[in-house]
Amino acid sequence: MKINKIIISFISAAVILLSTSVASFAKVVGDKIVLGAAISLTGKYSSNGVHTQNGYNMAVDRINSMGGVKVGGKTYKFDIIYYDDESNPKRAAQLAERLISQDGVEFMLGPYSSGLTKAIAPVTEKYGVPMVEANGASRSLFTKGYKYLFAVLAPANLYLDVAIDLAVEKNNGKPVTVAMAFEQDAFSQDVRLGVLDAIKRTGSKKVIDDKLPKELNDMAATLVKVKQMKPDVLVVSGHTKGALTAIRQISEMKVDVPMLAMTHCDAAKLSKQHGKNSQYALCASQWHKTLTYKDDFFKDGMTYDADFTKEFGYAPPYQAAESSAALLVFKDAFERANSFDQKKVRDALAATNMQTFYGNIKFASGGQNVDKPMVLFQVMCDDGGKCENKVVAPTKWASAKLIHPIPSWSQR
Amino acid sequence: MISVQACLDGILLGILFALIAYGMALQWGVMNIINIAQGDLVILGGYIAYFMYLYGIHPAWGVIVSPIIMFFVGIAIYKLVINKVVDRDLFISILATFGISILFMQLMNFAFGADVVLANSDYGTTMLFNSNVVLPNSKIFSAFISILFAICLVIYMKKSKLGRAIRATAQNARAAKILGVDTEKVYAATFGINAALCGVAGALISITFTIHPYMGLPYTIRSFMIVIIAGLGNLPGVAMSGMGLGVFEEFADYILGTEFRIGSVFLLLVLILVYRRFKLSRKREYLK
Repeated sequence: MKINKIIISFISAAVILLSTSVASFAKVVGDKIVLGAAISLTGKYSSNGVHTQNGYNMAVDRINSMGGVKVGGKTYKFDIIYYDDESNPKRAAQLAERLISQDGVEFMLGPYSSGLTKAIAPVTEKYGVPMVEANGASRSLFTKGYKYLFAVLAPANLYLDVAIDLAVEKNNGKPVTVAMAFEQDAFSQDVRLGVLDAIKRTGSKKVIDDKLPKELNDMAATLVKVKQMKPDVLVVSGHTKGALTAIRQISEMKVDVPMLAMTHCDAAKLSKQHGKNSQYALCASQWHKTLTYKDDFFKDGMTYDADFTKEFGYAPPYQAAESSAALLVFKDAFERANSFDQKKVRDALAATNMQTFYGNIKFASGGQNVDKPMVLFQVMCDDGGKCENKVVAPTKWASAKLIHPIPSWSQR
Repeated sequence: MISVQACLDGILLGILFALIAYGMALQWGVMNIINIAQGDLVILGGYIAYFMYLYGIHPAWGVIVSPIIMFFVGIAIYKLVINKVVDRDLFISILATFGISILFMQLMNFAFGADVVLANSDYGTTMLFNSNVVLPNSKIFSAFISILFAICLVIYMKKSKLGRAIRATAQNARAAKILGVDTEKVYAATFGINAALCGVAGALISITFTIHPYMGLPYTIRSFMIVIIAGLGNLPGVAMSGMGLGVFEEFADYILGTEFRIGSVFLLLVLILVYRRFKLSRKREYLK
């Protein structure tokens, strides 16, 4: 009994000692600026979580190897503490708490997905920790009055409204009829709100407004309605599953629509899974390698694409590119603030006005990036069945001409 | 024409679900186990077909390969976990299979990644009524294979020695044991057969829909509902309730809107249960 007690008290003493020694680990150690991030390395978001992490790591290596961050006449290097949030919002919030109060992190990078960012933002806000996030686009993140949240990406409501404008333009400025199918989750419903705004603005008409359940992978009923109503545009948003299901069933049911616009085609690798059946689909994207934005670290999109592919063995999806951009924003803000004071860095972040290879970055008062429009690419295939994504809108960056209307299935 | 389309879509969808429910009903009846991991076994079966597709083999062959592999996976699960809970109450088995479900989800996510995938069969489309009704051949193929497997199973259960032993065990496990039936073997075989059925269904789902490591639970819930509506031990009822639910779902989607699709199915379930209770209470009065 006595020995047991001694062992137990010894272990508890050791635990207490260890936990206090961890707490002394702080944000700027020697010449290192330590950032914290909870990332989905396991669980349902793990693919995109890994893209996010790769994007962060790529930027850290690049910035460190090109001179680091200069603050107060001294050069610092970036370092990131990662934790796996298991794609679980509750876990993400706990980890944010741990990063800040135990690990002493004073600057955070965002997790993957709107849902997890929503879970973390109240924590970083409570402690006054500036967070630059690259993968939470939900509009509700930017209407809560958060002062320490900055997103390098365009908000979700801007994903597909470009498509409606494009359809109206192709219809000689006349209003169009729109069929909508959106999954019932925060992100897709935000995309829907944006489309509704565009419909209202252009005087167009919605003819179908379906909300797809999360667990459903069958859209046949919606597509039957589309066949009957013959809308000018069909808009679908339901993450990767939605994009894959839509293409599969549209091609199987031979649904003819003049324009098909979707989200998450990049992550769904549409053309790889569906080949020529995915041809002519319009996809909203935060970034495309052919855009002509430039910066000193990654040069431009094409160089970023080549460097990333060389390092990680696959072409960077936009989730990786925007994550890299988050680090560039932090570096710029630290140097302008010339301090590690959280308030000063926050103010410097709020005053950001820069161009990166990913796009222009300038934050509105809600924290969203207002200086970078979304792009639409269209899947285009050659006769050999090789498909490529080509930017078709906005016209400034278009590398190909939009094919409109989509040829009917009987002519393909 | 719309109603014909909705009806056919519903029936084809329902037949596939009925196959999964069939396995669940069998297991429930024989072993008194509600298998929460049912949907995860389906998804695992789907991945087997998907990997065949990746290696250039037509995914339809998954319909043969997947059940064979899944049969042994089922036996392994039985030997490792289920045989320890098979005689306990229902709650323990629900907990155990829930654990298996979580384990499978994470293992599949770890092994296959979190991407949504599908296998292309390139089966084309059947147009009926002057192209007003469109049926993907992959769905027709799925329904056909499901029916084929269901018929084979019914015949097997009626004619074979093991089938008779399974039925005897379902009726009274103790009596069957006394009469020389090796119930342990029967349980293992039942679990294996159920897993094999899930394997077939999974292969078909990878051809008709999409698969993802975390997509199993909806299939478990759906098959659970079908079994509840059909009533335990009512195997022909499973087929009917599967198709009925499928058709009801498509019509609810078309008439009320997609957002009410799942809700209306649950409403129907509640109504049926209330009606059953009402009928039962009347019967009791009559007996008095």
